[in-house]
Amino acid sequence: MNAELTNCLIVGVGGQGTILASRLMGGAAMSVGLDVRGSETIGMAQRGGSVASHVRMGRDIHSPMISPGEADVILAFEPCEGLRAMAWLKIGGMIIVCDRAVQPFSSGGAVGYDAAEVMARIVSAADRVRVLSGEYIGEKCGMRHLNIAVLGAAAACGVLPFSTADMEMAISGRFAGRIADMNKNALRTGAEMIKN
Amino acid sequence: MTMRKKLLMGNEAIGLGALRAGVSMVCGYPGTPSSEVLETIAGERAEGVYVEWSVNEKSAMEVGAGAAIAGARALVTMKQVGLNVASDPLMSLNYVGVKGGMVVMTADDPGPISSQTEQDTRHFGRYAKLAVFDPSSPEEAYTMIADAFECSEKIGRPVLFRPTTRVCHSYASVAMLDPMPRATAEGFKKDGGRWVIFPRLACANHIKIEEGLTTLADEFSDYRGNELYGGGSRRGVASGGVSWSYVREALSGSDTECKLLKVATVPFPARLGEKFIEGLESILVVEELDPVIESELISLRGKLGAKVEIRGKLSGDMPNAGENTPGDVRNAVFRFLGKDAKAAVRPSESALKLPARPPVLCAGCPHRASFYAVKEATKGRKAVFSGDIGCYTLGNAMPLDMVDTCLCMGAGITMAQGLHRVEPDTVNFAFIGDSTFFHTGIPGVLNAVYNGADIIVSVLDNSTTAMTGGQPHPGTGVTATGRVTRKADIYGVLSALGADDIQRVDAFDLSASKFAVKRAMSLPGVKAIIFSGECAALSRGKKNGSCSIDTDKCAGCAVCVKNLGCPALAMENGHASIDEAACAGCGVCGQLCGFGAIA
Repeated sequence: MNAELTNCLIVGVGGQGTILASRLMGGAAMSVGLDVRGSETIGMAQRGGSVASHVRMGRDIHSPMISPGEADVILAFEPCEGLRAMAWLKIGGMIIVCDRAVQPFSSGGAVGYDAAEVMARIVSAADRVRVLSGEYIGEKCGMRHLNIAVLGAAAACGVLPFSTADMEMAISGRFAGRIADMNKNALRTGAEMIKN
Repeated sequence: MTMRKKLLMGNEAIGLGALRAGVSMVCGYPGTPSSEVLETIAGERAEGVYVEWSVNEKSAMEVGAGAAIAGARALVTMKQVGLNVASDPLMSLNYVGVKGGMVVMTADDPGPISSQTEQDTRHFGRYAKLAVFDPSSPEEAYTMIADAFECSEKIGRPVLFRPTTRVCHSYASVAMLDPMPRATAEGFKKDGGRWVIFPRLACANHIKIEEGLTTLADEFSDYRGNELYGGGSRRGVASGGVSWSYVREALSGSDTECKLLKVATVPFPARLGEKFIEGLESILVVEELDPVIESELISLRGKLGAKVEIRGKLSGDMPNAGENTPGDVRNAVFRFLGKDAKAAVRPSESALKLPARPPVLCAGCPHRASFYAVKEATKGRKAVFSGDIGCYTLGNAMPLDMVDTCLCMGAGITMAQGLHRVEPDTVNFAFIGDSTFFHTGIPGVLNAVYNGADIIVSVLDNSTTAMTGGQPHPGTGVTATGRVTRKADIYGVLSALGADDIQRVDAFDLSASKFAVKRAMSLPGVKAIIFSGECAALSRGKKNGSCSIDTDKCAGCAVCVKNLGCPALAMENGHASIDEAACAGCGVCGQLCGFGAIA
C-alpha cells in the first residue's frame, strides 16, 4: 500500500461548498509537490442532496474514488452526512464534523433527525474526532464560509499533507480582495478552534 | 525536467486537450456530465476558435458537420441521451464522411447519477459503425482527444469520444503539453456528389466503412490507449474506462501474477486481444454499462477455438446495471484471483436509520411558486401534469407532487396531447423549461395547434439552463462566449405557432398565477402560460435580505412549511422559522400565510 497517500472524504449537503473545499485542498497539496486525484458530486444532487468530494493526495494514485474503510480524514459539514460517511473512515482515522444540522425535507416539511444523537454516534464510533461548533463558526465568519473553516481546522490538526499557510496560499491563488480576506478569516477561525 | 501540472477536472482536460489539438469549431448542448467541456473552451477565449451552445444536439451535430466538411477540426459535445437526439445526422454523416477531424464527445452516465438511461455509447459506435475512444482518467482524456481528432482526419469519418461521469467529474494533476501544429481549414470544396447522401452511393460507402473498421481494428492493437501487461499467468483481467483505474488500484502493491488487458477503443483491438487470451485459463472482464469488451472476447474465443473461461456481466459474475465502485471491483478481482479481500472495513456502526436526502428545488426557486399556484387552481379538477427534463422534474416530490410524467427533452407537450385524446375530460398541463422549450418544445406546440389539441403549455421561464449549471440559451440574449445577441421571445414564438391563448405572469405572484391558470382552463384549444421568474441561483446575492417570521403573529399552522417544501422553512418550537442564510426572500410563503406573520 501507498504509505505517502492521504485520502480525505468531504461530505455535506448540496450547496455547502464541498467542491470548492476539495479544489482548494487539491491546490494546496499540489503546491507541496503532491499529485492529486479525486471525484466530485455534480448534477442533480447539488440541489440540496447528499454530496461527497473524494480527495486523494500522494503518488501513483489510480482510482478517483476512496473505498469504504480507506479515508484517513473525513470532513463532515453536517452531522447526518458525517454519520452516513463513517463506513469510509479508516481504523485510526479522524473525522472533523460541524455539529449544526441541516434537516432534510420530504413530504410536507422537515423530517427531523436528532442531531445530538447522531453526534454522539459519531463521537463513539470514531477513533479520533474533532467537533466544530456551527454556532461559533456562524458567529465568527458566517455559515456560508463553513467549508473553509472546516478546512482550516483540518490543516491545523495536522491530518492533511500541508500546512495552514499552504492552504492560505491556495486561497490567494483563487480569490482576490475582500473575498480572499473573508475566506482567510474563515480559515483562521477554523484553525483557532482546534488550537483553543 | 519538471512538467507543468494543472489540477483539472476531466471535462476541463478534454476541453484543453481539444484546444491543444487545434479544434476551431466547438458546439454542443448542455447535459450532465458533459457540460464543462464546452464551458472550458469558451472560457479560454482562444483566438480562431468558434464556440456555441446550439439549441439542441441535432443542431450542434449539423453545425459541426458543416465545419468539418469545410476542413475544420470540430468538437461536438453532449450527454448520452443527447446523442439520441443527434443520431440522425451522425448516422448519415458517417456515410458521407468529413474532411477536418470531427469528434463527437458523448458523456455516458453509469449509475445513472444525473440521467434517464444507462445507455452505452460504445454500442452506439458499433451500431453506427463509428470508432469510439474511451478514456480512463483525466490525464488520458487530455491526450486521447488529440488521438481522436487525428484518427477522424485519417479515416475521413467522425469518431465518438466517450468518457463516463467518473472521468468527466473526477480531477487529477494533469501535465500540460505544448500545442500541436495546426493546419488552417482549407474551406469547402465542391466535389460532384461527394457531400450528398444518396441511396446509390450508400452501398459503396458502406463497403468502405466496413473496410475501414477492419483496418482500424488491426491498427488499434498498436494504439497506446490499448494496453497489455504481464504474462505467464493463467488468469487475466480485462477492463476499460474508469473501471481500469479501479482494477489497477486493487492490484497495486499486490504480488499476484495476473495478465491485464486495457481496452480503450471500438473497434476492439483484435490482435492485442489474441495475445491476451493466449495461455489463459480464465478471464474476468470489469466494465461499466454493457458487456462490450466481454462480448468481443467471447467472440474472439470462438474464432480462436480457445478454451478460456470468460467471466463478466454475461456470466452473472458482475452486475449488469449501475456503476462500479472501487470497493466492488476490488472484491470481484480478489474473488477471481482466490485472494481474501483484505480491506479492514469499519463495522457498520449506524443502527440508526438516517433520513434520505433527496435533491430539492432551491429556496427562492420560481418553479415552486408556479407548481403551487397550478396545484391550488386545479383543485377539484381532473388534471394530469406532464413534466419535462430540468430542475422542475423535482416538482414531482412531495409536498408539491406536480409531475406525473417525464420522458425525454420536449416530450411533456406532446405526451399531454396523447393523454388528452384518451381522456378528454382531463385538464392536461405540460410543464416545460425555457431551454427545453427551445430545444424540442417548439415542434410539439406546432403539433398541438395543427391537430387541434386541448392542452395547457406551462413554460417555466427562469432565464437559464439551470440544472446543468446555468448555461445561456436563445431566450437569454447571450451566447456561450458572453456575446449579446438577439433575444428569442417565447411569447412571440408561441404566438407565431398559433397558440389560441397566451398569458405571461410573474411566477412569484401566486394570485396572478392562479388567475391565469383558471382562465386557461376555461378556454378550449392550445393555451399557454409563461411563468417568468429568475432562477434562484442567478438572483442569489442580488436580492436584498430574506423573509422573517413574526412569532407573535404565527399561529403555528405550518401551512407554509407543509405546502411549499421550501428548504429555508421549518417548524421550530411550535411556530414556523426561516433559515435566513438559505432564504432568497422570494416572499411566496408570505402569500400563503393567513396570519400575516411572514414579511
